[in-house]
Amino acid sequence: MEETGRAARFWIQAALLAAVVAFAGWLVFTAWTNIGRLPVHFGLGFLSEPAGFSVLQTLIPFDERSTYGRAFVVGLLNTLLVAAIGIAIATVIGFSIGVARLAPNRLVRAVAAGYVELFRNLPLLLILFFFYFGVLRQLPPPRTGFEFAGAYLNNRGLFLPEPQGGGWFFVAAVALFAAALVLKARWRVFANVGGAVALIAALAMTHIVWPEARGLSVSGGLRLIPEFVALVAALAIYTAAYIAEIVRAGIQSVARGQGQAAAALGLTGLQAMRYVVLPQALRLVVPPLTSQYLNLTKNSSLAVAIAYPDLVSIFAGTTLAQTGQAVEIMALTMGVYLTLSLATAALLNWQNARIRA
Amino acid sequence: MKRHGILYCALALALHCVGAQAGTLDEVRARGKLNCGVTQGLAGFSSADASGNWAGLDVDFCRAVAAAIFDDASKVNFVPLSSKQRFTALQSGEIDVLSRVSTWTMQNDTALGITFVGVIYHDGQGLMVRKKLEVQSALELSGAEVCTNTGTTTELNIADFFRARSMPYKIVAFEKSDEALKAYEAERCDVYSTDASSLSAQRIKLAQPDDHVILPDLISKEPLAPAVRQNDPQWESLVRWTLFALIDAEELAVTKANADKLSRTDAAPGVRRLLGAESDYGRALGLDKDWALKAIRAVGNYGEIFDRNLGQQSPLKIERGLNKLWNNGGILFAPPVR
Repeated sequence: MEETGRAARFWIQAALLAAVVAFAGWLVFTAWTNIGRLPVHFGLGFLSEPAGFSVLQTLIPFDERSTYGRAFVVGLLNTLLVAAIGIAIATVIGFSIGVARLAPNRLVRAVAAGYVELFRNLPLLLILFFFYFGVLRQLPPPRTGFEFAGAYLNNRGLFLPEPQGGGWFFVAAVALFAAALVLKARWRVFANVGGAVALIAALAMTHIVWPEARGLSVSGGLRLIPEFVALVAALAIYTAAYIAEIVRAGIQSVARGQGQAAAALGLTGLQAMRYVVLPQALRLVVPPLTSQYLNLTKNSSLAVAIAYPDLVSIFAGTTLAQTGQAVEIMALTMGVYLTLSLATAALLNWQNARIRA
Repeated sequence: MKRHGILYCALALALHCVGAQAGTLDEVRARGKLNCGVTQGLAGFSSADASGNWAGLDVDFCRAVAAAIFDDASKVNFVPLSSKQRFTALQSGEIDVLSRVSTWTMQNDTALGITFVGVIYHDGQGLMVRKKLEVQSALELSGAEVCTNTGTTTELNIADFFRARSMPYKIVAFEKSDEALKAYEAERCDVYSTDASSLSAQRIKLAQPDDHVILPDLISKEPLAPAVRQNDPQWESLVRWTLFALIDAEELAVTKANADKLSRTDAAPGVRRLLGAESDYGRALGLDKDWALKAIRAVGNYGEIFDRNLGQQSPLKIERGLNKLWNNGGILFAPPVR
């Protein structure tokens, strides 16, 4: 009985595998013959040609003479920026709401539950449009926008004073502070002192560039464009609702005796949560959390709907339309998302293994 | 080599054999319908009403091609495409004709495996701004933020225009033109830019159209042209000459109403050739000799199509301008049927 079952399973799996391979082969074959039929030049040579267009927000210098290859990097960096900041904010909101759902106070519980139900049951695109068109429409145009303490807020974005110079010291400070979080107690002190020194050095070398109202808009300083703010806000708030549910489930899975034992030892509610319950809950929380981070990263491609210049918009959009190299561009774009997903998964699997150890 | 061909065909059995391809005309006849790529909605060129009836200049052109083949203008599947989907849809055979406000540029014509058959509308890229900005010319737009849509030549034209004059600018590029318009209306941008004809169509969608002005400057030339795949010369001729026939019909004063009568009476020789009363110009296209008569009878001549969709009989009221016939002050010129 057991033997025949195993044999049957083997053959079913073999047949499925054969079907998948045949299907993939057929896809490749079709693409190949179609490409062969067309007088389109196939290859990645176009990446070194000048792009001719400009991009709204770039982390590295980019102008019309830059190449399509550089446009690819610009789009990729913009995608990574949105994903990183979105994930950080979603995690903070998600954990807060998740813990709040189990709070003793009924009002806090109700508000948290309302948040989760509201945002889990709305399509992300709708939330995105709400932030972009709904909130943006309420902001005044540049000439009548808000100004306080040298910062400007209007429908062209948020303009902040930008510290310039001392950049590497600042990066070093951030890196040292981050290292202090994971290091053992003895080394933590050194890292913190080093970080503080680097931060002071950075501030000493810094001069501030102030934004200035000029002509049609505001120039100078650090600018957060509305497309970026709307996209990060929508992604973070939407994903946080899912994270909250994961956190709640994780906490509830910890045996009640643990909390009671902590209380018996004289720990306050918050201390019990911080030192006893959450560390145990994290073991269950991390794997589903990973897939939410992946979802957020992939969902960032909705950027095209509100003109945030992400990878899909710049590369699989504008570049594809200008060059017509559909197969190469789609393959590269999919390759990027695949790599990002696998890298995120690998990182969190490693973290997961560490927690369980 | 031959054996390889057979092997490929066997492999591709599931779909259709790509190696030994039938001509596009045969495929269209066998299907019973023409697959025609149009916009997802642009008043005057191709837009669908609530019950799914398409109307517009680009739409009528597809109907003319269908009528030339089937003597039935309704045998068209309209396939709405975004600007970044359009060329791939044509390359891959999803559509037979791309009739979708596409600019005939060298890159589009030579590098994508497609061919443009002739200009159906001479356009140029325009700029719209709020009246309250009191801007008279595009040269006053230094530092402006410009809303437009991606996947078209518009992004490149704006880049060229501002760069050539060393004026700083920012492009806010949306996937769909309606989203770009909405952002412009919310004052996200100072300028909305697209082809001048589309600009007129988009302006009437605004809540207060009179608060906005289309600047007189055109920052590019945009010859809009229908396109076909490069691999089928007969099909290319068929689509090209349908366009020419519609333009020649206007020049020869052949209309939807009088075409039938003129084909039977002793009209001018040029008219009789066009309508298939003398000689057979359809044969080389794989069509009947009265192919042009069928097309004109279905949709009218170029002038009628223009007036109905873009001109004085439409809400857009766009002037013929450059799109007048060559002998009437414009640059519209089609080779003769002879």
